[in-house]
Amino acid sequence: MPRAMINVPAKAKRGEVIPIKTLISHVMESGFRHSSTGQVFPRDIITGFVATYNGEEVFRATLFPAIAANPFFTFHTVAVESGTIEFEWTGDNGFSGIEQAKILVE
Amino acid sequence: MSPGWSARRVAARLFAIAAWIAPAGVACAAEIPLSERRSGYEQMSSDLKAMQDEDTSNPGMLWVLDGEALWNRKTGEANRACADCHGAAHESMKGVVARYPAFDSKRSMPVDLEGRINICRTEHQKAPALAFESKELLSLAAFVAQQSRGTPIESNDERLESFIEAGRKLFNQRQGQLDLACAQCHDDNSGRKLAGIPMPQAHPTGYPVYRLEWQSLGSLQRRLRNCMIGMRAETYAYGSPEYVALQAFLMWRARGMLMESPAVRP
Repeated sequence: MPRAMINVPAKAKRGEVIPIKTLISHVMESGFRHSSTGQVFPRDIITGFVATYNGEEVFRATLFPAIAANPFFTFHTVAVESGTIEFEWTGDNGFSGIEQAKILVE
Repeated sequence: MSPGWSARRVAARLFAIAAWIAPAGVACAAEIPLSERRSGYEQMSSDLKAMQDEDTSNPGMLWVLDGEALWNRKTGEANRACADCHGAAHESMKGVVARYPAFDSKRSMPVDLEGRINICRTEHQKAPALAFESKELLSLAAFVAQQSRGTPIESNDERLESFIEAGRKLFNQRQGQLDLACAQCHDDNSGRKLAGIPMPQAHPTGYPVYRLEWQSLGSLQRRLRNCMIGMRAETYAYGSPEYVALQAFLMWRARGMLMESPAVRP
């Protein structure tokens, strides 16, 4: 499992706009670099990121080779109900990472 | 980003500075007064400062988390974890890195953080030394260094004096095809721009550091090599006493400044 960090407020008021931040470890090898002997380093990147809030998709991103190593995402969503926000990263060579965070909405 | 590419870019930048410094003759470095010292952090954009300030956006924390796992993992023939001797790192390692490189009486010379981790591994854990710049070594170094975040750098061990002096000599020594000394950029011209990039005063407050140019965490030794390649000078081997002396001098030069590991730098 790749190392990831999630920042979701533990508590929020109903209807409040909350910031969410995620960071995941990944080399994001672009596929355009080559070694000193001319051998191309094959592409190895994260290609997709999805955040779901109690099963409903709230954020989605598609990633491309120009994105730096260890991609960081920050976005906002509305705190509608208590539950779980799940984050999923997918990528080349079967890369997959899943993280969850609980949120209490009052 | 290939190392060759960034080295060429740095060399091109340094060549520009060499062209207008070199006619001055001898390096006449004036040391930066204590009150005018600034961490490279202060020269960064607000976006980069924010990246360093919050743990969720600071990629160095990914290494810190890996390092914490390694700290607690048993390894080597002794089947011992770092934690088995040192206990909780937030107590036992607090402020320790702010005093490194530290004098090792058994070896009669200073050792830096990476050197100390490997001594612990080979002597106490009976495990093979970790390669310089390997993920494991950087992770452990980042985790240990993070315990000193906010601690003022201390450099008052008398036994280090001759090594600090050796480091000072290296810092002021012209070297490489560009015939430059570290001090010419980092003492005499810090704060000015070199090809649009502000030159830092070179205080080692945040190592190991997450450098955007590297897309990775790296040690102070790697950073020193980087500058030397830019000066078109011969680099020392990783772990060589010259690097440790330079580190000892840089830490003395930054005494009193606050540790910020793992820092983010462009």
